[in-house]
Amino acid sequence: MKITLAAIPYYWPRSEVVDFYARLCRANIDVVYLGESVCSKRSEMTLDDWLAIAAELQRAGKEVVLTSLALITGRNELQMMKRICAQGLQVEANDTATVQQLHELGQPFICGSSINIYNAPTLQYFARLGMRRWVVPVELAGPDLAALLAQTTHANPIETEILGWGKLPLAYSARCYTARAHNRPKDACKKICIDYPRGMAVSSQENTGLFTLNGIQTLSASAQDLRALLPQVRSAGVTHFRVVPELDLQSSFFDALEANISGDAQPVTIASDACNGYWFGAAGMTYK
Amino acid sequence: MMELVAPAGSFPAFKAALEAGANTVYVGFKDATNARHFAGLNFSDDQLARARALATGKSVKLYVAINTYPQACNWQQWTSAVDKAVALGADALILADTGLLAYAADNYPAMHLHLSVQASATNSLALKFYADNFAIKRAVLPRVLSLEQVATLCEHSPVDLEVFGFGSLCIMAEGRCVLSSYLTSESPNNSGACSPAKYVRWEESADGSRLSRLNNVLIDKYAPGEPASYPTLCKGRFRVGDKVYHTLEEPTSLSTLQLIPQLAKMGVKAIKIEGRQRSPVYVRQVVRVWRAALDAYAEQGEAFVPDPSWIASLDTVAEGSQTSLGAYSRPWQ
Repeated sequence: MKITLAAIPYYWPRSEVVDFYARLCRANIDVVYLGESVCSKRSEMTLDDWLAIAAELQRAGKEVVLTSLALITGRNELQMMKRICAQGLQVEANDTATVQQLHELGQPFICGSSINIYNAPTLQYFARLGMRRWVVPVELAGPDLAALLAQTTHANPIETEILGWGKLPLAYSARCYTARAHNRPKDACKKICIDYPRGMAVSSQENTGLFTLNGIQTLSASAQDLRALLPQVRSAGVTHFRVVPELDLQSSFFDALEANISGDAQPVTIASDACNGYWFGAAGMTYK
Repeated sequence: MMELVAPAGSFPAFKAALEAGANTVYVGFKDATNARHFAGLNFSDDQLARARALATGKSVKLYVAINTYPQACNWQQWTSAVDKAVALGADALILADTGLLAYAADNYPAMHLHLSVQASATNSLALKFYADNFAIKRAVLPRVLSLEQVATLCEHSPVDLEVFGFGSLCIMAEGRCVLSSYLTSESPNNSGACSPAKYVRWEESADGSRLSRLNNVLIDKYAPGEPASYPTLCKGRFRVGDKVYHTLEEPTSLSTLQLIPQLAKMGVKAIKIEGRQRSPVYVRQVVRVWRAALDAYAEQGEAFVPDPSWIASLDTVAEGSQTSLGAYSRPWQ
């Protein structure tokens, strides 16, 4: 099983982003996704900045994938997506518009978890259009995933990636909730989410952790952690284990993960605030 | 004239929609194949056959929503829903799943396929994807677009567009929100219901305050006498830092009555009323108002102004007794 690093979901200052990839450039990671998937207003990094980081990672032997917006509503956002698709690099499509664009260009693509693939006929349809890897929708249960892959017949092998460690992307809206928390309209947000490199925590009035506000995206409060379930994850047919960036992620994390995957280490002890309910078909926030 | 598309979650609601002047009624089967799968709602095969006959008699169209996402274990249930809806004589199928769209397009090339809002197509290229691949005739737009964005889409869309006119305000891109399954395991995508009723619990405190819970998680706490609403996750009051507020959105309904002239001029083909989970009284009242408004617009054109009595009538059935322009209005953008 390969280890992948998802695109950074948060809005970090440019220096933070550069440091982050410099730190993890030689870490035990096979595939790195780069770019902005949440909000087109986030302008700390230009496409050229991302391409420079991509080149650096490729020199270090990493497979690089550019990501694209999940919610494309404006003309500028469409144009930006087309520019990303024109770079000759692999692209993660998080919207059917991007699937359409890559298909028209004749480029193979990767479907992100916000593309709804819940059954084999849908998986095969996207595969016929050029999908070579897909990221499993977060609410798809392990047994359903295994059944889906068992039913899939396709000439070329399709790689399957699951969010193995990190906060779950749960929803996208027209509204920016970080701006709302500051009583600002979205068009006067002043990119306030740069002040929240870990997002804003949302809990119930009884202090149960629920969500994490990240601009127009709602993430889970708990990080999903499937490291203790690696044998089941592998036998369901998963080929790629996805890790979602957080500020303090170190390369030692990936060394330990690699040891778990290759069976050289005992299963990890999972933090008490982690979740894995979705894998069992239960409420995603629970831990079993 | 824009088509008025009304919801019916039951046979009495269906009759109410017909009598109140809907051009089209949309319905779903009594199972998880549609996104309003609540106990006691929707249509048995027999009821649907009766509805078909009634609609034909009144020259009203019937659309069938099969707009949830089949899983590996129950794929056949969804294809058989498509087969049934076609056999029944539906005028269009409202679908979201790519595999199911392919099934319907392959097996019933003459059938009109509409893209459900659950497929969340928010731009012209996404619409082109569904038009090129499945020859869809129409798409229902998610409630996340501004009026300007809807106008741009009307210009560039390869298919007819339907927009929401009135009803519960879903503030997330539909079909891409799993807040409900994060708390309960069930979501609109996988089970056809958001915040399913079986997980809802109400508690009354000694001081008269009321608590709403979803799978034991506190969603909201109401002061004595404060009107309470259904514990939909995105309308709850939660804590962020030291503030407790409607973190994502206030309970409110979307109403675009005042936008009728703009929507018509842009070329919007149809107005959808949300609410298959609502009563026949709601359906009758909302459809009646919208029928009157669309007829008035046809007559008055530019001079059209919504009648205050219409707005008052809609307010009585709106969530939290208030309405909003939602994403169509500036504060959201």
